[in-house]
Amino acid sequence: MPFPAPNPDINGTMTEKLQTAVGIRDVFLRGERSALDIAEEHLAAIKRIEPSVDAFLTLCEDGALERAKELDEKRRRGERLGLLAGVPVAVKDNICTRGVRTTCGSKILGNFVPPYDAHVVQRLLAEDAVIIGKTNMDEFAMGSSTENSGFKVTRNPWDPTRIPGGSSGGSAAAVAAGMVPLALGSDTGGSIRQPGAFCGVIGVKPTYGRVSRYGLVAFGSSLDQIGPLARTAEDAALLLDVIAARDERDSTCARHEPEDYVAATRAPNLEGARFGVPEEFYVEGGLSAEVCDALEAARRVFESMGVEFVDVSLPHSRIDVEGGALSSYAVGTYYVLCTAEASSNLARYDGVKYGYRSDDHDSMIDMYSKTRGQGFGEEVKRRIMLGAYALSSGYYEAYFLKAARVRRLIKEDFDRAFEEVDLIFCPATPTPAFKIGEKTDDPLEMYLSDIFTISANLAGIGAASVPCGFSPEGLPIGLQLMAPHWQDGRLLRAAAAYQGQTDWRLKKAKG
Amino acid sequence: MLCLTAPEAGVRVSDMEYEPVIGLETHAELLTESKLWCRCSTRFGEPPNTQTCPICLGMPGVLPVLNERAFELALRAALALNCAINRPTFFDRKNYYYPDLPKNYQVSQNYCNLGEDGWIEIPVDAELRRVGIHNVHLEEDAGKNLHAQHGGAHYSLVDLNRAGTPLLEIVTRPEMHSVAEADAFMHTLRRLLLYAGVSDCKMQEGSLRFEASVSMRPAGSDGLGTRVEVKNLNSIKAVRGALEYEIERQTRRLREGRPVEMETRLWDAERGRSAVMRTKEEAQDYRYFPEPDLLPVEISDRELARVRASVPEMPVLRRSRFERDYGLSEYNASVLTDSKQVADYFEACVAAYDSPGSVANWIMNEALALTNRRGIGIAEFEISPERLAGLVRLLNEGRINARVARDIMHKMIDTGKDAPTLVREEGAEQVSDRSALDPVIQQVIEENPQPVQDYLAGSKKAVGALVGQVMRLSRGKADPKLAGQMLRQKLDRMQ
Amino acid sequence: MPISPDEVEHVAQLARLELTDQEKRKFAGQLDAILTYMEKLNELDTSGVEPMLHGVEGRQPARPDSAGPSLPRDEALRNAPESQNGFFRVPPIID
Repeated sequence: MPFPAPNPDINGTMTEKLQTAVGIRDVFLRGERSALDIAEEHLAAIKRIEPSVDAFLTLCEDGALERAKELDEKRRRGERLGLLAGVPVAVKDNICTRGVRTTCGSKILGNFVPPYDAHVVQRLLAEDAVIIGKTNMDEFAMGSSTENSGFKVTRNPWDPTRIPGGSSGGSAAAVAAGMVPLALGSDTGGSIRQPGAFCGVIGVKPTYGRVSRYGLVAFGSSLDQIGPLARTAEDAALLLDVIAARDERDSTCARHEPEDYVAATRAPNLEGARFGVPEEFYVEGGLSAEVCDALEAARRVFESMGVEFVDVSLPHSRIDVEGGALSSYAVGTYYVLCTAEASSNLARYDGVKYGYRSDDHDSMIDMYSKTRGQGFGEEVKRRIMLGAYALSSGYYEAYFLKAARVRRLIKEDFDRAFEEVDLIFCPATPTPAFKIGEKTDDPLEMYLSDIFTISANLAGIGAASVPCGFSPEGLPIGLQLMAPHWQDGRLLRAAAAYQGQTDWRLKKAKG
Repeated sequence: MLCLTAPEAGVRVSDMEYEPVIGLETHAELLTESKLWCRCSTRFGEPPNTQTCPICLGMPGVLPVLNERAFELALRAALALNCAINRPTFFDRKNYYYPDLPKNYQVSQNYCNLGEDGWIEIPVDAELRRVGIHNVHLEEDAGKNLHAQHGGAHYSLVDLNRAGTPLLEIVTRPEMHSVAEADAFMHTLRRLLLYAGVSDCKMQEGSLRFEASVSMRPAGSDGLGTRVEVKNLNSIKAVRGALEYEIERQTRRLREGRPVEMETRLWDAERGRSAVMRTKEEAQDYRYFPEPDLLPVEISDRELARVRASVPEMPVLRRSRFERDYGLSEYNASVLTDSKQVADYFEACVAAYDSPGSVANWIMNEALALTNRRGIGIAEFEISPERLAGLVRLLNEGRINARVARDIMHKMIDTGKDAPTLVREEGAEQVSDRSALDPVIQQVIEENPQPVQDYLAGSKKAVGALVGQVMRLSRGKADPKLAGQMLRQKLDRMQ
Repeated sequence: MPISPDEVEHVAQLARLELTDQEKRKFAGQLDAILTYMEKLNELDTSGVEPMLHGVEGRQPARPDSAGPSLPRDEALRNAPESQNGFFRVPPIID
């Protein structure tokens, strides 16, 4: 099958053009479609598809149409238009939008309307994107299936009986179902890459600090990072170009200028590149056969482009199978650190300044406990408990500091590996998307679905999941690439090169 | 709950002597324009919740950014308190729930304080004694809760204007052993913070607050008894009251053979007593951990040297230098070093005119009297030190007399001119020339027969009235000393 | 070390979470399993390893001390469950 050139506006059909952000922007800029038409078409698609997917928590219909009209006016006046001119974008509901309800998937923030925009939202608006809605997610981004949403369960567009992954399940499903070409997600332990893999779209978690976290509702502050979900590497790069900007309001945000990510996707030559395969990730029983096969096929595609594969060792991210159950130091480290940070980050939801307050109370302390007890869902409460325990008197050394030390060992493994290789190549998930309800009763089992993704968050490095095939049941499978600090362009270059040689991205979910 | 109870009948009361072991935690708001993590103003006394933003309201998704001035002031204070500086230093979260704490954690320092192991010298019984500083750290202040009652409804109101104001915490070692020592410490520390320009220390605005820890031990021993913490001490007076109360309370318990409970008590300044706030069992577990949203703060050698150079000479040392180098009395030296502005003003005067004694007198008796009356600081005084020195020089050189000098000082303020110019313009130069005074003396003797007769009859004091007349006729310009001398000579000759 | 119902209760209180009895029982078991899993980290020798406490290496930047605009008060209070005369209103703190 012939593949469209990376820049579809050169010779694609209108239908093809309208499938990518780059294509949509270009037809708008050339006056082939008005921004209003584009917005209306997407809203119509959402109305048609959404009832079977449930990807959105809030639709910004009026705001989107209004903005589209402004953009048409702006174009008519001949003003300069931004990188995302006229492109509909969905935003995960833990990213603050001024004047638009931002719930974090939680009843405790069910009525919260932020008086400010997140940095990434300001960037979207500055580059003339049209924000079309806020997407469903696991409550406070705690989960791997979007089943922990306080409002509804999102379905995988490829199979409505399955989860879309999480926590950015709404964003991944919205892109996969063709409701939007681009969406923002957030990734603390795999929350962009895992749903990306389950839904068959590209998900990029940039290097920690590459994208400002200002306005991203914190879960694990030292792990959280915002990133794009898209159908093509070029679209993901475009969105990353927009959001990866310096921001003085985030002290942990990089102070050096980002590279040009779209440019990276347009030079997709991998000849002579070295990819590392972490031997510790490939253990007997650790990976389903279909994922294994898809990875193997992807490896051959990369090899055909001149990539050399070498073994690397990530001993502290090792995956063990004990009595049929997976385990890993990285998962333990991750859950100590992210729950400790979360227990503190989520202390502010107390019924005083915003959000839900329990009516039934007889004192301040009672109000706090009832508000939080009623407002938070079960998984959030479990993690707050775990984090508070790990920080409590007598356990700080044994849990928190121990985990922080192991975290450094995990990071140093990557530093050593990247002395040998340009990228690390590995699975994104152990299996394709699982069934709704399959893991809800066993938190530990659910935590282990992130077993391949959390190491990158702990190390702070950039990583991406790229669709690389389908299971016999027709479920998408993703490979994962990891890059050294600040080398996020390599992820996108490799993803673009791979997409140039395969046609997985052209397959469409039923929605 | 009040814990002071009379001993039960039959209980043997010992007469063991106990001494207190006192440690103090001082909170001082730093003199910054904006808050520690956001740009909201730190102005005092604004309507509630008008100086808040998403950051200091602790809204979801917001992040802190460090105020460089706040950090520098904290560093300056740590250096002034002779602390070792941790490089880098970092911030921790202290987790507890209270409505005036919007995030329900306070960004503070615990594992790696900015300054540690310092000391301060305080005057005790005319000697200087060192009190150890355990640590100095930077943190954010909380807002304020108001407790209201309306009809039958009890509720509280929260104002977050103060939330996020930069706060310096100074923790002493438990090394004070009397209320007087604690008092000397607080006054010395307050002056140090004012001197260093770190805080305005306005206790009525809550800029300076204390917490005390008190335990008792048999006098002369070096053990440590059970520690009680007392909170809500919003003035030096409150600390004194709370310490006196606590020392008496604990001593009485110990003498009655009842143990002191480890607890935290709340001082009620109005009623002059404290009550239990929480017991040992209810002790807080703050779950400190390093703040992930703020990176470690590095301090370069250059930065450290620059801030070190900005630490002013401390009042105690400056006072002894004033005595030694300028020959001032202990009293004058202490008045002149009480505030850094006054001490700086004095030294600038002396630099312009090297006559410390007369400059000191003039500042203390005239300049400060005037500025105090007007309720302004010496820094706002219209007359520069150089000009004041010029005025004192004219006086010392006998070119004007004290009365004229005072008059000239007021005119300097009104006109903005310097002393020599005004003296020239007003023709106010003192008449110290005998031949110029002679006709005036003659006229006064002729026109005032009564005082003349009194003098001649032996009342030597009467010459004062005649000098007064000379001053009047000369419009204040006559040298009163010379006038008196000439009058006496002439009158004595008349006898 | 198994986690006791008392410990669950204590931590719930620290975290200001009112849990149902069913939740307490459930959490006790689940937290126990997760903690046991985490104790796997004790297999690793981390002596002399500096804890990694941030997502990124670097030094803290600082901003100049200049006051900027605050939120209009009605915006600050708009999301509050209860406010009164410009204050956030809460249940009595001191009974």
